[in-house]
This record gives sequence, C-alpha cells and structure tokens, in this order.
Amino acid sequence: MSLTPEFLTEKIPIGKWVKIFVEYLTDNFDEQFRFFSNILEWIIHNTIYLLGLIDPIVLILFLCGLSYFLHRNWKMVIGVGLGLILILNLGYWEQTIETVALVLFSTVVSVVIGIPLGIMAAHRRWLFTLMRPILDLMQTIPTFVYLIPTLMLFGLGMVPGLISTVIFAIPAPIRLTYLGITSVPKQLVDAGKAFGASKMQLLWKVELPHALPTIMAGLTQCIMLSLSMVVIAALVGADGLGKPVIRALNSVNIAQGFEAGLAIVIVAIVLDRLLKQPDVRKTGTGG
Amino acid sequence: MAVVRFNEVDVIFGPNPSDATEMLDSGAGRDEIFNKTQNLVAVHNASLQVEEGQICVLMGLSGSGKSSLLRCANGLNKVTRGQVIVRHDDEDIDVASCDWQTLHQLRTERISMVFQQFALMPWRTVRDNVGFGLELDGVPKEKLGRIVDEKLALVRLSEWAHKYPKELSGGMQQRVGLARALATDAGILLMDEPFSALDPLIREHLQDELIQLQDELKKTIIFVSHDLDEALKLGSLIAIMDAGKIVQVGTPEEIVSDPANDYVRRFVASMNPLKVLNCASLMRPVSQLQTVNGNTDRALDMDKKFICSLDDKGRPDKITHAGTDVSLIPFEDDLDLESLPHNVLVSADLETPMRAAVEINYVFGLPMPVIDKIGRLIGVVGTEEIFSGILGDA
Repeated sequence: MSLTPEFLTEKIPIGKWVKIFVEYLTDNFDEQFRFFSNILEWIIHNTIYLLGLIDPIVLILFLCGLSYFLHRNWKMVIGVGLGLILILNLGYWEQTIETVALVLFSTVVSVVIGIPLGIMAAHRRWLFTLMRPILDLMQTIPTFVYLIPTLMLFGLGMVPGLISTVIFAIPAPIRLTYLGITSVPKQLVDAGKAFGASKMQLLWKVELPHALPTIMAGLTQCIMLSLSMVVIAALVGADGLGKPVIRALNSVNIAQGFEAGLAIVIVAIVLDRLLKQPDVRKTGTGG
Repeated sequence: MAVVRFNEVDVIFGPNPSDATEMLDSGAGRDEIFNKTQNLVAVHNASLQVEEGQICVLMGLSGSGKSSLLRCANGLNKVTRGQVIVRHDDEDIDVASCDWQTLHQLRTERISMVFQQFALMPWRTVRDNVGFGLELDGVPKEKLGRIVDEKLALVRLSEWAHKYPKELSGGMQQRVGLARALATDAGILLMDEPFSALDPLIREHLQDELIQLQDELKKTIIFVSHDLDEALKLGSLIAIMDAGKIVQVGTPEEIVSDPANDYVRRFVASMNPLKVLNCASLMRPVSQLQTVNGNTDRALDMDKKFICSLDDKGRPDKITHAGTDVSLIPFEDDLDLESLPHNVLVSADLETPMRAAVEINYVFGLPMPVIDKIGRLIGVVGTEEIFSGILGDA
C-alpha cells in the first residue's frame, strides 16, 4: 500500500488555472492587447527604419565620437570602431540595428516602470516584502514558460519579444533603485528634513542624487539582461541578431551561427564599455 | 522670555509607545519597560527652558537621551508625550503637535541644525551645500548666492567654495555644516555633538570660533555634548542627563561647585580644571582670611607675610610685606611677568582663568588678591587654593 494519502494523489490543476486565466484574457481583451501590440510594433519598426536610413559608417563614427566624449580613451574608441566595422563586414548591420532597438525599448520600458516602483518599494516596507517573491519569480522562471502566454496575447513579432525581455530585465532597475534609496545615510535624510525638505524635495534633492550611481548600475544591468534575451525573443518572432542564430540552429549551420553569435558578443562589449562608469568619480555625482 | 521650552517631554521609540507610558506612570524602570514591551524610553519627563541668546548644553553619556531630546526641538524625533514650545514671531508653537506647514516653516525660518557626522551632501560643492536650506525654501538664485558667499566668508571658507566636501578636512567640513545652518538666518541653532568627530586640537579651535561667532550673532544654541570640559567652556546653561532624565540644570559654576548626585560628581571629577575654573570659583573668600591687628587688616597668605588693610568699602587700602609697601597690578593676558618690579602683587578679577593664577604662582610664589569690578578685595588665590581646585574640592 502506498504511503501517499488519497487526497495527494489527485493532481492540483495549477496549469489548468493559468490556462483558463490566459484564455479569459485572450477571449475578452484580445482587441485591447492587439491594439497595444500594434502601436508598439509601429513605434519600434519606425525607429528601426529611421536608424536604417543613416549610413552605417556615419553611425559608427558617431558612436566612436560618443565613446570618446564619455570616456576620453582612444583605445576604447578604436575597439568600438573595429568591432562595429566587423559586424558591418559580416553583413549583420540591419539585424544589429533591430537588436539595439529592441534592447533600447525594453530598457526604456523597464526603467520607466522600474525606477518609480523601486522608489515606492524603498519608502514602503510592506510593498517590498510583497514584491520580492514576484521579482524572484520573474528572474528564475524559465523564459520559455512565459513566451507562450505573451505569444497568445500579443501575437508574433517584436512586441512579445519586448514584453518577455521586460519581464526578464525589469527586476534589475527595481532592485537597484530600492537598494540605492534605502542605503541613503540616515543623517543625510535627517539633514534634509531639518532644513525643511518636503517629501518630494527629499526624494529629488537627497535620495535620488545619492542613489544615482546605484540606479545607473541598475540601468547597465538592465541593458545587458535585455541583450541576453535576444535569441529567446527571436523564438517569438522578434527581429534582430537572434533570428540568424535560431535559423543556424535549425539548419545546423555552424558558420552562420558563429558569425551571428560573434555579432551579439560585439554589441554586448560595445554597450558595456560605453555604459561603464569612469573608475575615478572626480565630481562625486557619478554617471 | 524662553525661546525653547521642553515641558515634561517623553520620547519613546518602539512598536507601542502608549504601553510604555502607562508603565512609566506606574513607576517602571527603563530596562523593565524594554524587556516587557520592546519600547525604548529615550527621554523621560524632561523639562528645560532655554532663554534667548543662551548656549544650553545637554550633557550626558551616550544613551542618556541628550540627542533624542534635542531632536524633538525640530521634530526629527516624535514627542510621545509633553510639549516642545518654540517661540516664533511672538507666537508659541508646540512642535510636538503642530501641523506640517507650521513645522516646515519652523525648519526653514526658525531652527537650523548642525550634525555630528557633518551630514553634507557629497555630490554638492561646498557652496551648494551651504545654500541647501535656502534652496529648499525657494530663495531666488541671486539672493541665495549673496547669502552663501557671506556665510562662507564668516566661516573663512570662501576659497573652498567650489570644492567637494570630501576634499576638505573634518574641521573644514564642519565649518561648512555650520555655514549651512547659519545661512537660513534661523535664530535657534541645534548642534548635535558637532565637534565630537574631530581631533582634540581642531575641536578646541572650533569651540573658540563658535564662541567668537556667538558673540557676534547672538543665536540661541542648544548644544549636545558628552564632554564636560566642552560643556563648561561653551555653555551658559548646562543640563545633565542620565538614563533619559535631566538630573541637574545649572550654570557651569553651579554644576562644578554643587553637583546634584554621584553621576554629575563623576563627570566633574574627570574634567580638566585648568580650562574650566576661574578665580571666582578658586578663591578663598575674604571672610575666611585670617585677620591681623584686630578686625581691619587681612593676611593674604598663611604665614601672614602680606598684610592688607581695607577701607570702609572693602577696597584694599594699603598692602605691606615685611614692613615695605606693595602695590597691586591687575592681571592682563600680555603682562610681562619677567620685567615686573619686586614690590608688586598681581591682582586678579573674578573671570581671570585658573591658568593665569597657576602661572603667577609658579613664577613668583605669591598670592593673588581677587578684586571685583568696583575695586573691593573679595578673595585670594594662593597655592592652597590652586591645589584644592585641582583636587576638585574647590
């Protein structure tokens, strides 16, 4: 006789409940989701189109200039230039633009939602207690799992890729904003209050400036996490460097797989170097 | 008129302060309350009045509740029970119960604060730190710049205006903190152990600067310190706190000469008398001097070598030493002791510091008559008085 009691042998229909919930959404709010999806798709595609109008060499020169302006480091400028020229040479320029656009948009969405959420959580203990398990879940649940419902709700294309990327990347800005705000020394907050700061002034003149370096680290992390979703986003139809990788995988094309993978690595390195904060914080204001 | 009045203030930190107040009323102690309710009684039944222009020092060991009480004055700590009345524009405002608008007004116009660890914003320049309070109050840029420059000049940091706090030494950082507090032209200054984080030489230097500034500015200052020497040097009123209660309030002289209990006595025993005592507290009063020739003449020393006759108002008339006349020279800081003629005594006034009396005694071995403002002999400081002052039973 099995030791497992009777009631445990009956399966709890968790999967079914989720399915019912998602079906409820698709049945009743399909139009709204599609509308939202179409708008986002339109914005992203037009951004990609506009970026595509710029001659690649002009864009590469611009990025080299930007990296010099940010870091005053010739070695870095040369590295950025050579990397981007290699991508152009390999013929992945268009996909790179698409990938960068996707990363850019998911970062913007993550930051616009994540920073205020992080601030709110820092000011309300209960909210963070509530959010923490959700954030953990968002970062640990295998990404493929939520690809399915996003696909059902938003259809194929850039938007489900974007949504999946945001789900994966948004915990970084939330957590780091929370960390930055909660680690403001008590005496600075007291000083702010003692001189009559309102809650808003305290936020803008004491907490945010102090937390800025940490928030910037959250932004960098968010960008890198978004980039790491490129291949997975391609599974739901998002354009970009992920597509040739998937195609290469399906057709066992070593050459294509390696080239596209290399392009992703180059984009990652360039973004990382561009965003890296200077080691010596001369002014104390940080990023 | 008192500018700040603490009326029976209780400050209790913890999950449920009202439980603690009940227990306090029934006579429970701090430890008992903490063990039973997890509430910490930081201040219990503290009453204190600070007059306009006074420097009131809250003194005590760490954990005695001195900072907790101070922070009630601008609402950084919540008052559990009691009142904290601040006089502002001829109106009495209870910080413990006023609305946010009023509190905001007090903080921007009436009360400012200097912190122990300076609490400067590291991302702001010295200049922007000094202007912080004004900026919060929405002072227009031009006016703000003018005030900031003026306050920076006051603390002699004009050349450092565009540096960041971490480029400055601790002493300079605290001068920035002081300038920031002065910038809002608040009449009341709260100073929460402002010099404790500094090394001793710098600390003394800043104390002197504060005394000089106070002569000019005439603020009402509430100053927290754990150092009795500092309290005695700066304070015109000292409140000594122990375990959340005020155990003694008095002038520095009262504290030194008449400690209320053993706790205060222990503080007094460990102070440096050279810095604190003056001839007024050291001297043997004229009534206790030995009389010679009936009642009119007094012996200024134990061996009756110096005899002083007094006139009917109590002023020294004639001083003799073994039959020869001796004249009096009042003590001054720049007196050249080496070049004084033989037949003189250096006289002191009530404020003359102990250090001067020791120096005179060391160089000449002579007693120092103490003369008051209208020229009367009121006492003598000799070797015995100096020793008993050092031993702490002056």
